[in-house]
Formats: sequence, structure tokens, C-alpha cells
Amino acid sequence: MIREIPNLKSFGPIAAIFIVLLILPPIIPRFYTYLLASILVTGLLAMSLNMVLGHGMIFQFHHGVFYGVGAYAVALIVTKTSLPAWVGFAAGPIMAAVVGLLIGWFCVRLSRLYFGMLQISLGSLLYVIVFRWYDFTGGDDGIYGIPMPSIISSSKSSYYFILIIVTISLTLLYLILKSPFGATLEAIRDNPQRCEAVGVNVRRHQLGAIVVATFFAGIAGVLFVVLENFVHPDLLFWVLSLEIFIMCLLGGWFTFAGPMLGAAIMVALRTFVGIYTEYWTLILGVILILLIFFLPEGVMGYFLEKVSPQSTKARERTNE
Amino acid sequence: MLKVEGVDKSFGEFMAVNSADLAVGKGELVAVIGPNGAGKTTLFNLISGQLKPDRGKVTFMDEDITNLPPYQICKKGIARSFQIVNIFPRLTVFRNVQVAVISQQRKSNTLFHPAQSMAVEETERILESLGLIDKAWNTAGSLSHGDQRVLEIAIALGNDPKLLVLDEPTAGMSPEETGATMDLIKGLADKRGLTILFCEHDMDVVFSIAQSIMVMHQGRTLIQGKPEDVRRNEEVVQAYLGGE
Repeated sequence: MIREIPNLKSFGPIAAIFIVLLILPPIIPRFYTYLLASILVTGLLAMSLNMVLGHGMIFQFHHGVFYGVGAYAVALIVTKTSLPAWVGFAAGPIMAAVVGLLIGWFCVRLSRLYFGMLQISLGSLLYVIVFRWYDFTGGDDGIYGIPMPSIISSSKSSYYFILIIVTISLTLLYLILKSPFGATLEAIRDNPQRCEAVGVNVRRHQLGAIVVATFFAGIAGVLFVVLENFVHPDLLFWVLSLEIFIMCLLGGWFTFAGPMLGAAIMVALRTFVGIYTEYWTLILGVILILLIFFLPEGVMGYFLEKVSPQSTKARERTNE
Repeated sequence: MLKVEGVDKSFGEFMAVNSADLAVGKGELVAVIGPNGAGKTTLFNLISGQLKPDRGKVTFMDEDITNLPPYQICKKGIARSFQIVNIFPRLTVFRNVQVAVISQQRKSNTLFHPAQSMAVEETERILESLGLIDKAWNTAGSLSHGDQRVLEIAIALGNDPKLLVLDEPTAGMSPEETGATMDLIKGLADKRGLTILFCEHDMDVVFSIAQSIMVMHQGRTLIQGKPEDVRRNEEVVQAYLGGE
């Protein structure tokens, strides 16, 4: 009798955006191609965080660590071994997920803020190791000039590679969120106690979500190396984790695509305002204050609310 | 079916439950009554695993479930509702129940299958039998208090339990809503052959539908017996029913 309406309405805009992203590079300056790729990579990172943050209410305060682990896995395999780069590409997300499992295993015992605090501690530990271990990771010099396979080494081909991988990743993330696993995760977000009472092993489920999210953060890390050809310990620094956290809030953490929008806003701000002043975070601060007062659901959340007043209801129904 | 023997639970100095006993037979409708603070909710939390008893034993279908976590107790076949509304407020009514059904079918970890096409019939059947089908696509948090209480029961039914534990299912309801909900519970017991353990303040309701009544007072079990025996018991009359 009741069937959920398939999500055809939002398929149109998504296809349109994809086609625009596909045809843009030849007609825009190279710098903008780079900027778009940068937004896609950062956006994937933010969306992987939001899988546990917005959909699971797990306070993953140091998500950047897994981005860094993914990036360093590629960098180290390419520069220190004779294995092909593609092995590094596969190792990135896997290493990130393994580290995610280890750190998550300790953290899920704690709830909310305490979870976040412990994760910052454990993540910072990893940061210090990477920062100090000159022989292996290059320490605070990082590793520069990482050679990429020739097929994706030009700026255009790396852009298309990134676009394709990000599209596949987001499709997978979307499917996972709409699966029983994702539905249960959202139920845990709303009410962990009740979820346990309907037979869900809450801690194990949260750990599973963390592993999935860190896997995708690892993919973003790999794409970072494809784009920039270098790694630096800053990738694991807590400031970056805070930035992607803000991207989720800015874009709308109860929406699927919100964090991508948040990433676009942040990257654009940093790039364009950063030309005029190094204090671009000042502008960001003002925007955040306005956001808290006027758009508590984030930019995307506000937008969806405008499109359909009963957004929460409609969102569930159309599976946004 | 369910047996609680000599269970204690204290919070600091305060003995919330003090050697309580309870027996629930298959197919029975059992009520726990007692004044506020008698330890009814604590007792229910001890049964369903939200709290661990300091002493004593809880057995279900001849199996010791005393120290199991809530999710395992649920898998054994005990589902419960809560005294304070305890639902998934941002999800739809449909999804609220569906999550329980999916959990019952052990499919909570399925990754690449759309949830919207799973467990649809079972969920619809439950919503229909509790009269919530028209509100299936509302956000649960937007329902009226009375409807949220019914949704509580619907979520518990989603687990297809052998024993349903309802902690004051009519708390905060109007008299009409209370009547309707009680009819519903009675109907569940009759039609589905469910075993139900519940607590309730309205004495008329309790004595009219319960087959067995357990009286709690200051954490202790005063008596458990048939309604007419309980009514005649002097200790109960003095402690609770307001002996003149």
C-alpha cells in the first residue's frame, strides 16, 4: 500500500551538475580546474565525516587523521617501494580504515564529547609520529614531487580521475546511507538507548560506521596526492579536522550533499579572500556567527526548507 | 516464561528494588502496580537489561538472562516500551518501526540494499493494527503525545517479541486515550497470543484486564496473585489501595 516515492526529482539537478563538471575543464582557466578538483577532494572528505557526524551523531573530531593516513600510504608506497602507484591507491583507503578501526575501537566505548576528546588525543599521537619520524615520513618537510602514473599526471586528466572517483564514492556513500545499515545508524543518532532496546549492538554498529567513513576519508587522501603530488604532516593536524567539521555544519549536516557545499564555500573563501588577506579565517568567523543565528540547519538545510516547507518529512519520503 | 527471583538494585544508599520476585506465565497479561517510587520502572529496566541487578536472577524461557546487554535480551524475545516517550524523533513513523523489524530480521548490517524496500509488509501490518498507518510518513517527533505513546508500542512490536514489557503505556494520556490504548493492549494479548507485562496507575483498568497482579511497595514485592486475591490482601490494602 505504502511505497516510498523513488528519488527522481533530485536526479535531474545531480546529472546536470555532473555534466557541467564534465565539460568545464577545457573552457575554463587551468587554475579553476585545479580549484574544482580541490573542492571535490575536500568535499568527499567532508562527506565521509558527515556519514558519522550528521547521520550518526558520532563526534569524530579528528577525521583529518584518516585523510592523512590515506595520503601518506600512497606517498610512501610510491616513493619508498618499487610497487606500482595503483597499489598505493588501493592501500590508502585500506590503511585509513585499519587505523580508523584501531582508534575507533578505543573511542566507541565513550560517548559524545569524551569520544571526541579521546580521538583528538589518539589522532594527535599519530600526527606527532608523522611529524617527527624524519627517516620514514620526511618529518615536517613532508614528501614532495611524488610521481603519478602518466595517465593521470596532467592537470586535466587528474581532474577527470578525481571527478570519476568522487562520483563513484558519493554514490556508494549514498547507497550505504539508504541501506538498513544507514537507517539503523540514523536511528542510533536519534536515540541510542532505544536502538539498543530493539536489538541493535550500538557500539559495534558505530564502529562499523567509523570504518566505512575512514575508508572514504582514505580515498580523499589518495586523491589529494593525485592532485597535489605532495604530502605534509599538516594533513593530520587537528586544524584541518576542525575545518572539515565546520564544512559539515556550514553546508548542513542533516543533509546528504550539504558538506560538499560547505567544502565549496570554505575552499572558495580561502582561495579568493586569501588573496587579499591572510586573515581569511576572520571572514569565516563572521560567516559562522551569522550561520548559527540565521541558518542553524546549514546552507543546504535552509535551501531544502525553502524548496519544500515540510522538509524533514519530504526529505525522508523522497529519500534525499 | 519469565521469572524474576530475589532481585536487588540500589543507587548509592537508596534501595530502589529490594528482593523483588515476579513470575509471568506464557500468554498471561500481568500487571505490576505500586505507588510512585515503588521501583516498577527500575524492575523493568532490570528485566530488559538497561540496568544490571546487584543480586538475584532473571530467567526467560529457562535461560539465565541476568547480565546480558539490552540488545541480546531483545534478540531472546523481550521487547519493551518506555515510560518516557522514547522514539526516533527525526525519522518517519514508518522508519521508526522498520528499524526494529530490520533488526529482528538480523539485517541491520546490510550495506547495499535500499532500506526503503525492506520489511515493508511487516511494518505496514503493525502500523495498520495500531491505527498509525495514516501517519506513516510524518516525522515521529511531530506526532501528538498520545500517538507517540502508541508508536512506542509499535516499535516494540516490530521486534516480534514473545514477551512485551510496557512501562506505563498510558502515562500522560487523557482518560479516553487511556481507554483506547488499554483496549489495544488487550486486543494484542487476545489476537496475537502475546504475553504482556505492564505497569499502570489506573486501578480500574488494571483490575479489569490483568490476569495476575504483582504489588510493589518500597522496592519489595508484597504479593503476586489473581486480582481478587490481591484486592483482599490486607497488606496491600494498607500500603496502597488506601485502607480506611
